[in-house]
Amino acid sequence: MADSGSDLARTVLYDLHAELGAKMVPFAGYEMPVQYSMGVLKEHLHTRAHAGLFDVSHMGQVILRGAGVAEALEALVPVSVAGLKEGRQRYALFTNEDGGILDDFMVANRGDHLFLVVNAARKAHDIAHLRGKLPDSVLVEPIEDRALIALQGPAAEGALALLIPEVGEMRFMDVATHAWEGEELWISRSGYTGEDGFEISVPARRAEGFARALLAMEPVAPIGLGARDSLRLEAGLCLYGHDIDTTTTPVEAGLGWAIQKVRRRGGDRAGGFPGAERVLRELDEGPARRRVGLRPEGRAPMREGVELFDTDAGGTPVGRVTSGAFGPSIGAPVAMGYLPAALADEGTRVFGEMRGKRHAATVSGLPFRPAAYRK
Amino acid sequence: MKYTEEHEWLRVEGDLVVVGITEHAAEQLGDVVFVELPARETKVAKDDEIVVIESVKAASDILAPVEGEIVEINEALTDNPGLVNEDPLGEAWIFKMKVEDMDAIDAFMDEDEYKDFIG
Repeated sequence: MADSGSDLARTVLYDLHAELGAKMVPFAGYEMPVQYSMGVLKEHLHTRAHAGLFDVSHMGQVILRGAGVAEALEALVPVSVAGLKEGRQRYALFTNEDGGILDDFMVANRGDHLFLVVNAARKAHDIAHLRGKLPDSVLVEPIEDRALIALQGPAAEGALALLIPEVGEMRFMDVATHAWEGEELWISRSGYTGEDGFEISVPARRAEGFARALLAMEPVAPIGLGARDSLRLEAGLCLYGHDIDTTTTPVEAGLGWAIQKVRRRGGDRAGGFPGAERVLRELDEGPARRRVGLRPEGRAPMREGVELFDTDAGGTPVGRVTSGAFGPSIGAPVAMGYLPAALADEGTRVFGEMRGKRHAATVSGLPFRPAAYRK
Repeated sequence: MKYTEEHEWLRVEGDLVVVGITEHAAEQLGDVVFVELPARETKVAKDDEIVVIESVKAASDILAPVEGEIVEINEALTDNPGLVNEDPLGEAWIFKMKVEDMDAIDAFMDEDEYKDFIG
């Protein structure tokens, strides 16, 4: 990464983005492509139909190693890390003492170490958190010399397999190391679009060559953050700082599935993470409010911050939209937000206030569009 | 054709003024996904927010350029908001208004002035 003259950092693919006609915006301290010449709508649809290449090098890559590292990490997260098999990855969350979410991330068991991918805006926090809370026997090693590229969509496997035939054998959430032109690539079959695909950690000095090799393939197009946001929203996936943060618990956020049985009440390694009492109680008794999907009536997007009411006039807000946009693959607006448990059942009609007018929306299941993971 | 600092274009058709947004505005907005049109026969004051254009990025207001009455709206935009990107100066006109003081229209920028304005 190099300084841009401002306070914003650049990824190693910055020049490539510029060459591809990207419109750059500040995001999490980086200058990132929000869209390329195709535009957000077409980039979104291209990813669902073919394959999209995303620069996600701004995200934090961190290696944890040392004796008992998996058990040590379990003291910070409600997920089973010790139960994660070698060559596998899972979704995890750091919680605080109140059960709020400090960040969400991916953790992979790569044999003699754990490999974490954390949110860009939270990487400094997370690294300090890990260093402060893990025992001295665990080494926290931020990876600064690798880029991260996501390739997502139905054509992702075919495209990547032209460079690395072995990826065809990987299933959803597998991780593996494969060579490309003598370079070691750390590959996971995962992503954040609801599509089948891969995230590939590549040595920074070869990242541009690797990206160009993929972009040279007919089905692969560069995709910006704008489409990444609408893709993950349609897939019902949370964006940290919007749909989840320190004020939301994993259970309120509908992420209870990420808490394996072994960490729940009655499990062999129940609790033992920050906020366990509240989180485990909410798992058993249900939370007071829940993250829901919302399908606004009409075509007007119901965006983040829109207040939700249980009546079309008067009253006080009962909830708030945390992400909302037009869903290009749905052909209609979609949103997520929090509602009291009593209003969170599918089919419940609520009202979002936009520009002084109440607009109806129906509580919907998530995801809005079934995922296409290669399980 | 005249242009406002709000990136609207104004075209006089008889005693009516047709209003749309400029190519520059459409480009800045990105893909338009929704246009909220005013009701016909609405009397508006200058700078009233009368139209909302939602793109994949954000919502923007279109202001009434002058005082008058909305007499026609382009309902094609309801079903096909993408017209704003495809043909902002033509098919994607947004509304037509009846204006008493047509001289007020002359005060807006001409094409060269607008080009300078957007730099």
